[in-house]
Amino acid sequence: MDHLLGIPPAAIVGQLIVGLINGSFYALLSLGLAIIFGLLHIVNFAHGAQYMLGAFIAWAMLEYLGLGYWWALLIVPLVTAAIGMLIERTMLRRLHGLDPVYALLLTFGLALLLEGAFRLKFGASGQPYASPLSGGITLPFAFLPAYRIWVIVASVAVCVATWWFVERTRFGAYLRAAHENPALVRTFGIRVPLLLTLTYGLGVGLAGLGGVMAAPIYQVSPLMGSNLIVVVFAVVVIGGMGSIVGAIVAGFGLGVIEGLTRLLVPDAAGVVVFVVMLLTLALRPQGLFGRGDL
Amino acid sequence: MSESPLLQVTGLAAWYGETQALSRIDLEVRRGEVVCLLGRNGAGKTTTLRAIMGLLQRCRGRIEIGGQPALGLPPEVVARLGVAYCPEERGIFASLTVEENLLLPPVLAAGGLSVAELYELFPNLEARRSSGGTKLSGGEQQMLAIARILRTGAKLLLLDEPTEGLAPVIVQAIGRTIVRLRERGFTILMVEQNFRFASRIADRFYIIEEGSVIEHLDRQALEHDHARVESVLGV
Amino acid sequence: MHTPSHTPRRLPAWAIALGVAAALAAPFVAYPVFLMKFLCWALLAASLNLLVGYVGLLSFGHAMFFGSAAYVAAHSLQVWGWDPALALLAGAGAAALIGLVGGALAIRRQGIAFSMITLAIAQLVSFVALRAPFTGGEDGIQNVPRGRFAGLLPLGDDLVLYYLVLAIVGAGFWIVYRTVQSPFGHVLTAIRDNEPRAISLGYRVNRYKLAAYVLSSALAGLAGSLKALVFQIATLTDVSWTTSGEALLMVIVGGLQTLAGPLVGALVVVTMQNQFASFAEVVLLLQGLVFVVVVLVFRRGVVGEWEAWRARRAAGAAATKINPPEGQA
Repeated sequence: MDHLLGIPPAAIVGQLIVGLINGSFYALLSLGLAIIFGLLHIVNFAHGAQYMLGAFIAWAMLEYLGLGYWWALLIVPLVTAAIGMLIERTMLRRLHGLDPVYALLLTFGLALLLEGAFRLKFGASGQPYASPLSGGITLPFAFLPAYRIWVIVASVAVCVATWWFVERTRFGAYLRAAHENPALVRTFGIRVPLLLTLTYGLGVGLAGLGGVMAAPIYQVSPLMGSNLIVVVFAVVVIGGMGSIVGAIVAGFGLGVIEGLTRLLVPDAAGVVVFVVMLLTLALRPQGLFGRGDL
Repeated sequence: MSESPLLQVTGLAAWYGETQALSRIDLEVRRGEVVCLLGRNGAGKTTTLRAIMGLLQRCRGRIEIGGQPALGLPPEVVARLGVAYCPEERGIFASLTVEENLLLPPVLAAGGLSVAELYELFPNLEARRSSGGTKLSGGEQQMLAIARILRTGAKLLLLDEPTEGLAPVIVQAIGRTIVRLRERGFTILMVEQNFRFASRIADRFYIIEEGSVIEHLDRQALEHDHARVESVLGV
Repeated sequence: MHTPSHTPRRLPAWAIALGVAAALAAPFVAYPVFLMKFLCWALLAASLNLLVGYVGLLSFGHAMFFGSAAYVAAHSLQVWGWDPALALLAGAGAAALIGLVGGALAIRRQGIAFSMITLAIAQLVSFVALRAPFTGGEDGIQNVPRGRFAGLLPLGDDLVLYYLVLAIVGAGFWIVYRTVQSPFGHVLTAIRDNEPRAISLGYRVNRYKLAAYVLSSALAGLAGSLKALVFQIATLTDVSWTTSGEALLMVIVGGLQTLAGPLVGALVVVTMQNQFASFAEVVLLLQGLVFVVVVLVFRRGVVGEWEAWRARRAAGAAATKINPPEGQA
């Protein structure tokens, strides 16, 4: 076919790819948020800033150490995870028995801190980061850049791996059980406080990974986190807070919806996610895959 | 000359926040015994078990497990002293299968039962191993709750109301299970409202009222004084 | 946050008199515009504190009320040439309307879900503010005339405007105070402390929550309208995330569940903004730092910690009174 709804197929495929790319990052980040919320019951407002941190560490590795993308892909998530564990151990743990609002406010403060510090050093503009993959696949009506395909494939792989880790491994069973009844899990001899630290680290590591993968596509800028985080929260709510499957499905799904909206009703693209969120809350308050109330 | 008790509690007092839940608990459990805590609702029986397990924030007194001081230790450390806890609400995890529930507690010491042995002891658990934990009947969930703590190698089992809400046939099965566990060398401290059940299984009894131990009897004394004890418990 | 509520301590009469005197004399000591900025933000903080501290509803994006009211007030002053009194009412009314619609949606859920809904609605409002023709987009609405309040008071004079703002903000605080003290307010704190119990006692909990939400949004709207009048401008910053965050910061620094907290919090935040006016990034960094330190160490906020200290002293004094001094019968 030549044109669909008056739109050239190249444009459709183009927006679909963009949608899947955005969706990849929505999924990766909401995955981290879902894991953190699922076990620690904290809304990690610093998630966007930690994603930004990941991107900057990747940039710094290239700029100062000459270590490229593939090194960053390996090292950055470990570094951000370590930073996350430090944050949990020194700060979040103190707020443990209190109303979750305090932890939320703490992470909010950390987000401001990180963004302020980076803006001070780098200004609001972005640093370029070279794409590690050049070339692509030429289809009859579209060109698919290789790096973008890599991002989509890698994100899906990470999402599936994380899902498998939580749903099918012993450690994941610890996480799921500790979510339900942390005190009882402790009586089995499982060090739940350590579990909490590791889980927060895992979530932050995922954010950092997202940052590395984002660096070649979006510029590495101090604002990249705050631009993204509000949309990611909406995605998490739509998917169901604390649900891994929900985060993945909602993430990719909303990326595609956003892309198609941009094609058909360009002005609405900025808010379609929030409209969907309000609809979801009205019709199915616990989210697509959420269980019970929060 | 008898060896030192596996569990010794002296002058235990405990609070939930500002409210005092235990005033003075003194009890001991020797190796291989089945000891039962009796008492009315709200007397402090469950609180006593929770305090031993390290689940209470505010405690005073002495708790010794195998001679080791244990007051104030966090639950995961108490578990490593060889104690396991089966709560009143059973605590079966809904988001885990039966088998995942069973395998969840890590093996902390030698002497626990293997999975094969557990399935032999509780055959209906094997049949339902892939079901969601909470899809089981009450009796099956109770079996699962007891079974899973037997893997860990814990020698002292704290069972909170193991027969609550269960049909008489299941109650008998649990009674037989506890007897077999005692034969295998486990030591059990349990809380029971079902007076008849307890009086046939346990070796010794402590009656708790308003946070303190008011009476201590062995099985013979209990049989002798059956009626009076029943009236004390309000049965 | 879910600590058992306590009734606010009555300030002694001399403290109130001193406060009033200071407020009246202030414009002769400090810049009136700075003071008015402080007052507007204090009212915003008070409106949020009512919701977060006394009702236990964490509203994100409170800036949507502040900012949309600023736009409405600015527009009615500039384009329709309305009397400032009407413009203020229009702004507060618009905010209350958004509060009513948004609140009705959000209140159906509790806890974090409620907060997320308010966040989504705030994003929608931001989006509208960016796109709607009447808001002037990136430039905002500028050169808003001050006019004459009720046709009488010439607001072009900063001093006159200051006393008007003082009176209105004072009225706003008084409304918050009376609300908290009233039976309605007591039901609200009962709902915050133990909602299931309040429901079982027969209270239409959602109606109370919605009423509080609308009241809070109206007061925040009033603050925004005043701000548009004082600074004669309404911009995207007024509906932005940063303004919402600063409102939360003021409430936390001052102390939840305290009446004076918003004043202290506003003073701290506005002073910070002024000192580092040309260094937005430093402000961000400082605010983040203050958030972190306050949440970790001074959870009750300045006023809360002070009240706790006074309570401890009072308890200490009472204890010593039990033993009569020696030499007395």
